[in-house]
Amino acid sequence: MTQRLPLIIFALVMAVIPFVPGVPPFWIVLLDNIGLAALVAMGLVLLTGVGGLTSFGQAAFCGFGAYTTAVLTTAYGLSPWLTLPASLLVSGIAAVLLGLVTVRLSGHYLPLGTIAWGIGLFYLFSKLEFLGRNDGISGIPPLSIGSYKMLSPDAIYYAIWIAVLISALLTMNLLDSRTGRAIRALRRGHVAAEAFGVQTPRAKLLVFIYAAVLAGLSGWLYAHFQRAANPTPFGAQAGIEYLFIAVVGGAGYVWGAVLGAGIVVILKEVLQSYLPYIFGGQSQLETIVFGILLVLLLQLAPTGVWPWLMSRLPLKPGRKTPDTSLKLPARAQAGPTSSVLLHIEKARKQFGGVTAVNDVSFDVNAREIVALIGPNGAGKSTTFNLITGVLTATSGKISVQGKEVENAPPQEVVKLGVSRTFQHVKLVPDMTVLENVAIGAHLRGSSGAVSSMLRLDRADEAGLLAEAARQIERVGLSDQIDQLAGSLSLGQQRIVEIARALCVDPMLLLLDEPAAGLRHMEKQRLAALLRQLRDGGMSVLLVEHDMGFVMDLADRIVVLDFGTKIAEGTPAAIKTNPDVIKAYLGAAA
Amino acid sequence: MNTTILLFLLQDGITNGAIYALLGLALVLVFAVTRVILIPQGEFVTYGALSYAMLATGQVPGTVQLAVGMGLVAFALDLFFARKALRARLVARSAALNIAFPVGLLAVTYKVAGPTTPMAVNIALALLIVAAIGLFLYRIAFQPIAHTSVLVLLIAAVGCHLALQGLGLVFFGAEGLRGPALSSAAVTAGPLRFTGQSLAVYGLTIAFIVGLWLFFGYTKTGKALRATAVNRLGARLVGIRTSLSGQIAFLLASMIGAISGILIVPITTLYYDTGFLIGLKGFIAAIIGGLVSYPLTAIAAILVGIVEAFSSFYASNFKEVIVFTLILPVLVLRSLAAPAVEEEKD
Repeated sequence: MTQRLPLIIFALVMAVIPFVPGVPPFWIVLLDNIGLAALVAMGLVLLTGVGGLTSFGQAAFCGFGAYTTAVLTTAYGLSPWLTLPASLLVSGIAAVLLGLVTVRLSGHYLPLGTIAWGIGLFYLFSKLEFLGRNDGISGIPPLSIGSYKMLSPDAIYYAIWIAVLISALLTMNLLDSRTGRAIRALRRGHVAAEAFGVQTPRAKLLVFIYAAVLAGLSGWLYAHFQRAANPTPFGAQAGIEYLFIAVVGGAGYVWGAVLGAGIVVILKEVLQSYLPYIFGGQSQLETIVFGILLVLLLQLAPTGVWPWLMSRLPLKPGRKTPDTSLKLPARAQAGPTSSVLLHIEKARKQFGGVTAVNDVSFDVNAREIVALIGPNGAGKSTTFNLITGVLTATSGKISVQGKEVENAPPQEVVKLGVSRTFQHVKLVPDMTVLENVAIGAHLRGSSGAVSSMLRLDRADEAGLLAEAARQIERVGLSDQIDQLAGSLSLGQQRIVEIARALCVDPMLLLLDEPAAGLRHMEKQRLAALLRQLRDGGMSVLLVEHDMGFVMDLADRIVVLDFGTKIAEGTPAAIKTNPDVIKAYLGAAA
Repeated sequence: MNTTILLFLLQDGITNGAIYALLGLALVLVFAVTRVILIPQGEFVTYGALSYAMLATGQVPGTVQLAVGMGLVAFALDLFFARKALRARLVARSAALNIAFPVGLLAVTYKVAGPTTPMAVNIALALLIVAAIGLFLYRIAFQPIAHTSVLVLLIAAVGCHLALQGLGLVFFGAEGLRGPALSSAAVTAGPLRFTGQSLAVYGLTIAFIVGLWLFFGYTKTGKALRATAVNRLGARLVGIRTSLSGQIAFLLASMIGAISGILIVPITTLYYDTGFLIGLKGFIAAIIGGLVSYPLTAIAAILVGIVEAFSSFYASNFKEVIVFTLILPVLVLRSLAAPAVEEEKD
């Protein structure tokens, strides 16, 4: 309830504003425009700020929404309420088509691609006969309830702001869910999320469509607010402005979109009405000031105004502690078919002319801790990536419980009960420890985006969070459960990764240098935990450089050097193996 | 369609394509060195073109005052960032570059500007003015955030574009301008007539492509600039002055932009906001070239020019739609071909 309170107050304040005597009608028009911009920016918050996909083309989706209703109401005489689903559908379908192409783009190709189709669509709007070319379509009927027509700005004001508030609520619900965590993990690269079963292309497409539908909603409202639609507000300039709004407010914060829209719309209005007085009638001065402000903002406060504001308020959102008594059903396991859990036969990986892994073969048995050691560049992490499907092997066979992996993607490998940690920690630093660990349980939940938005996922969600909390307790980080993952020490972050991997309920745990950055006592605790896991029936394959730790813990050791296996055996045998000593210390003269 | 029309469209396409190639090269250059996707490239084109056109009519373009203003800001920034270790040499160097250079330019422009000023002087002035603006633009807008992500730099570039385009309207007005041709010579070959202007376009484009290719592939400075792009910190550790690299890149890019502008302003009327679209087409070429390859960018630019010429003949209404949609399949291929590297973004 405490989280809802500010929202309710905000809604009440917005509801009262038109009734306050003395509020100029012009302010209401401004607020209408702010609401319209906030809707589009909210989509961008999810797309760019949270998901890391920058789009300059959102204005085009407003265009789809606006033109759909414009054509259907004027040419076919449909009621505006009937065209609402049509507008959203058309924006959504356009997003699917553009999104299938766009989300495949990597790095800076993505924003550039959105600029390109944004401009292309603008020209398309302005050239198509049935959209009225450059003149657009006018005479769009107003929204009406019964015989009441929303003609004035303060009538449609409510329609706009109800849309904003509902969208904000749905967006926040979405972010605070299983799907939301998958989306929030996108920005930090896809490898970690995919290792826990997140279908990253689908998650990207989802946010893309969501953002487009919000923009389509804004376009639909805009068409009935202006009662006309022409290409100008849907061009590249507008697309840039929406992104600007999201960045100003604080990309990544739902309320940042509303705040940013407020700041930008009002600023633009002020600039447009006062600059000509100061500089004498020159037009377009506001774009100059705008551009300069944008550059300044990026230099001074790249994270935006909302987080800056929140850090100055004494409010701290209270978090519920998850009820750890809830139990997730154990993952369906095939049952031990043989004592060999992981079987690697002549696995080979070549990068161009370099052979990183050279026909390596070894097994990991059930209830066994195997260590993979070797000097830097020996191919240990590459072997991990081959096992987990991050890289595809050039040749060779890898099977888990007798089932050949055959270049399966990471999302499939994790379903076999293999989970992992990373040499370079891959957590989402601005998510809490609990949320990060819950990503590990992704495959053990089932709620989708729609049920999350409508809060129908609470039972499912509680189970996931309970499991995450239990694993955090198991690795001994309960005190840090609500801290942001980025604020922990590197050693603790590695432990968080182990908790996340445990959430999969794995049979085989792959740990890439888990003890690096840990203190002596922490290492001992980690070793005890791993032994306890083994005794509970789990197998562990770990890469580690701390020889004391490895020799003490491992049942068996595999040694790689320059991609080739040079030895395998018990710690005692490895310690005295002349090849191993040579690889580590060089040949005796 | 007969052969004459075909040849004519091809010629038109290649001439435009050559301009796009020049711009594409500049974009590749800037991106490779600074990771900035130079959206304001189009403004360098219009500033160069319209400054030249105004000088040709004997007026002093507002761009020269802008150069002085930006120089002052750049000087202030230099002082601010060096406030802990202000040395006379540093201040003198900064003052020479940021104050003496643009103020000198302003003085010369006012002195020589007139209807009878020789064309070569006008060209030189227009080039120097835009070069100064490009240099200061890097110093003011990008150098302070040079270490941030490609995305932040991209948004900053968009901000610069907005500001410069708005200023363009103030300086040159909403009316379009056309400049005098560089040469009235013409060669006729079969049904085609090659003007001296278009020959200059071809010649300069080829010269720049070869020049840049040699510069980046075979000179020490060129390699240092490329090293800056790959790893700023690493480049600094081996003694490369990364901020200087960025300034050189912007200087080159703005001059290339201005040259393109001066080359086309006698052929078509340019408006204060034309540059954006022209720049974007150079962009498409640069992206097809993967933002790394100069020869590929040049070939792609010629292709863009030809596609544009043909689509304006067959479907003139949808010319821009076709040209801009052209980029999508290319981007997809590029993304698929790119190695699946994990990106750590913030």
